[in-house]
Amino acid sequence: MTALTTGRRQPAGPQPRAARRGLAGTGPLVLLALRRDRIFLLIWLYVIVGGLASTTYSFRHLYITEAQRASLALSIRNNPSFLALSGPVYGNSLGSLIIWKAGLFCAVAAALLGIFAVIRHTRGDEEAGRLELLGATVVGRYAATAASVAETFGACVLIGLLIAVVQVLFGLPAAGSLALGAAVALTGWMFAAVAAVCAQLTESARTARGMAIAVLGLSYLLRAVGDPAASLHWLSWVSPLGWVERIQPYSGARWWLVGLCAVVSVTLAGLAALLAGRRDLGEGWLPARPGRAQGPAWLRTPLALAWRLQRGGLLGWALGFAVTALVLGAAAKDVGSSLNSSPQTRDVILRMGGHAGLVDAYLAIELGLLGVVAAAFGVAAVLRMRGEETEQRAEPVLAGPVSRIRWAAAEVMLAAGGTGLLLAVAGLATGLAYGLSTGDVSGQLGRLLGAALAQVPAAWVLTGLAVALFGLAPRLAIPAGWTLFGVAALLTLLGPSLRLPQWALDLTPFAHVPRLPGGDFTAVPLLWLTAVAVALTGAGLAAFRRRDLT
Amino acid sequence: MTAVIEVDGLRKSFGRARALDGLDLTVVPGEVHGFLGPNGAGKTTTIRVLLGLIRAGGGTARLFGEDPWSRVTTLHRRLAYVPGDVTLWPNLSGGEVIDLLARLRGGLDEKRKAVLLEKFELDPAKKSRAYSKGNRQKVALIAALSSGAELLILDEPTSGLDPLMEAAFRECVEEERQAGRTVLLSSHILSEVEALCDRVTIIRAGRTVDSGALADLRHLSRTSVRAELDRPPEGLDGLAGVHDLDLAGTRVSCQVDNSALDELLVRLTRAGVRSLVSQPPTLEELFLRHYTDQP
Repeated sequence: MTALTTGRRQPAGPQPRAARRGLAGTGPLVLLALRRDRIFLLIWLYVIVGGLASTTYSFRHLYITEAQRASLALSIRNNPSFLALSGPVYGNSLGSLIIWKAGLFCAVAAALLGIFAVIRHTRGDEEAGRLELLGATVVGRYAATAASVAETFGACVLIGLLIAVVQVLFGLPAAGSLALGAAVALTGWMFAAVAAVCAQLTESARTARGMAIAVLGLSYLLRAVGDPAASLHWLSWVSPLGWVERIQPYSGARWWLVGLCAVVSVTLAGLAALLAGRRDLGEGWLPARPGRAQGPAWLRTPLALAWRLQRGGLLGWALGFAVTALVLGAAAKDVGSSLNSSPQTRDVILRMGGHAGLVDAYLAIELGLLGVVAAAFGVAAVLRMRGEETEQRAEPVLAGPVSRIRWAAAEVMLAAGGTGLLLAVAGLATGLAYGLSTGDVSGQLGRLLGAALAQVPAAWVLTGLAVALFGLAPRLAIPAGWTLFGVAALLTLLGPSLRLPQWALDLTPFAHVPRLPGGDFTAVPLLWLTAVAVALTGAGLAAFRRRDLT
Repeated sequence: MTAVIEVDGLRKSFGRARALDGLDLTVVPGEVHGFLGPNGAGKTTTIRVLLGLIRAGGGTARLFGEDPWSRVTTLHRRLAYVPGDVTLWPNLSGGEVIDLLARLRGGLDEKRKAVLLEKFELDPAKKSRAYSKGNRQKVALIAALSSGAELLILDEPTSGLDPLMEAAFRECVEEERQAGRTVLLSSHILSEVEALCDRVTIIRAGRTVDSGALADLRHLSRTSVRAELDRPPEGLDGLAGVHDLDLAGTRVSCQVDNSALDELLVRLTRAGVRSLVSQPPTLEELFLRHYTDQP
């Protein structure tokens, strides 16, 4: 026996064989992942490539002459808040201006695509027990990690190529367009690889996703601090997003940075596979903290349960809002002076932001943006109910002496309250930062808190819409809820600059919010919005009370 | 004495699929009632109607004499439920879930909880995501059993438990019976129902096909016999109490009423027994042989 086995197996060497065995089944898993993600990937592809293409289209018409472009580039370089939000601009070429406007957006979107896709097929499937089912077939130890990384890397390459093609079709230089495509694709690669490593660390898909997104957020912040200040440029060099910016595609692309990003991605992905191969299925490398043996005394109502389940997420959102709002508020003071030099931009800002001072217009835009993002929290918190229903976690609660209305109302209250809390945080942080920079904290704090809170009723309308869908059309609630949110968000953010007709702009609840700060405060639209939100919520709850749990 | 559960001609369809098609079920106070049927027969659907999670499509369902759809909160104060497939919030510990479910109902017996934790060997400090199916089931069982509710609705509660834990579970149900509580135990395992239940209701394809005390259900008081003999036996055909006789040369298989078992064995030994297997009929056999042709 021994003679037989040793005689045959030795020559091939154990190492390459083990590695190949570890990858067994990767091909079918890639196909499975593509099959499961086909809609998801198409949406991301559309958002990223479409977002860039629409920017390119509008910039070609907005900045025609060299003088116009130079004036915009100059105003960007003089404005720390622009640099903090969107990164530096290299040269005065049209391509560089487009990258300044949309490049970081595309890169962050690609990074999120990578994070979501990889976690979904690694730790997500593992936590749900699906990997166990697959692992019992001929699937190697590295296969799940390798397959998710391969799928995501492939999708990113496709997006990069499409970007290059679209930009060339718009008449931009081919080499620069290719570098831009590579920059976006490699951002996706790097964060997909980061996510693959995070997936090995914790037992929970949610925690792993949170960790990867935290790395992305930190990368964004490092470069947001580093980009505007010459003395702090080194901070941008610590951030992967900073490297991507510094590829500077349309002004002498630095291909060695492209190579660096690729090497980092592949190394991290390899590390993830190595970590995956050396642990037990279901386990993480970080020790799992034990929970409490007893429920805390306050955990006795549906509202307490909703809070217990969502407090971590809400805290994360609040932190994100606080940091973003602080950066925006601190940058606001410089907006007015530098914007005056570019009539086009000023025109756009005025169109979007109302008629008072430019700073107020800028703050109104940013608070409106945060209003839309806060609504996303509310919609997600409401649609979570549908998840609780389909995963049968609502059942044990509803089998207790808890009426449908009481359970659903608790979840809705958390969603609505959370939305309000986030906007209050945004208002206070903006007010604090802007007040400190202008030496008028007491004045600005109340003014900007009020302006932020004015967004709340509009956000609640979207929350109410999600409740109505949950009650009336439960099977459609999640896709329809997010689609409607997406439409409202796009109309709010892009509608004004696309010069859509007024009736189309009026479809988003945010169009009816008075432009604050700076505009005239009128309570009537806010009351209307609140009434609509209440009516939608009531209709949804009433329908939920009367329908089967499905 | 009003029945705890009174279901009459219950119907429910999901789209074109008919889940319940005239189901009857009566559970009287203080009994442990077996609710028996193969997978997909409609056990869980019936329970979900009784819990007011879905609405009856036709017929009536009464819980403590009241409508389970409209009187949710008052009725649920009096019952505890263990789902067949327990899903918990992954980031809550088992202890948190037990306390939460009990408090929603108005409180729990801490002493009993401690005893049950011990008995089922459950570590309440673990996060739910780390629990196996059996452990998740234990969480739901402990929450239900320590609630002191009048009625326990248990939907295939032992499907993830090992034999030791199953024995612990049986002890607990026995204690509940002695405390005068009512239990509805849905199952597809006949032996479990036999060991625990006073009466059973057998359903198939959304209808009740048999109901009564276990001893009265004639199909259940039969023994299934298989034997290999030296010579072909004589006089088995037409023997009173022998059913479904299948004679192939020296091999015999049949079902026999327990009252006729002695006579059958006498005749088998006369033909020289080489091997003999006798066992109570499995649920599968019952359904195959007795309930297939009934509407």
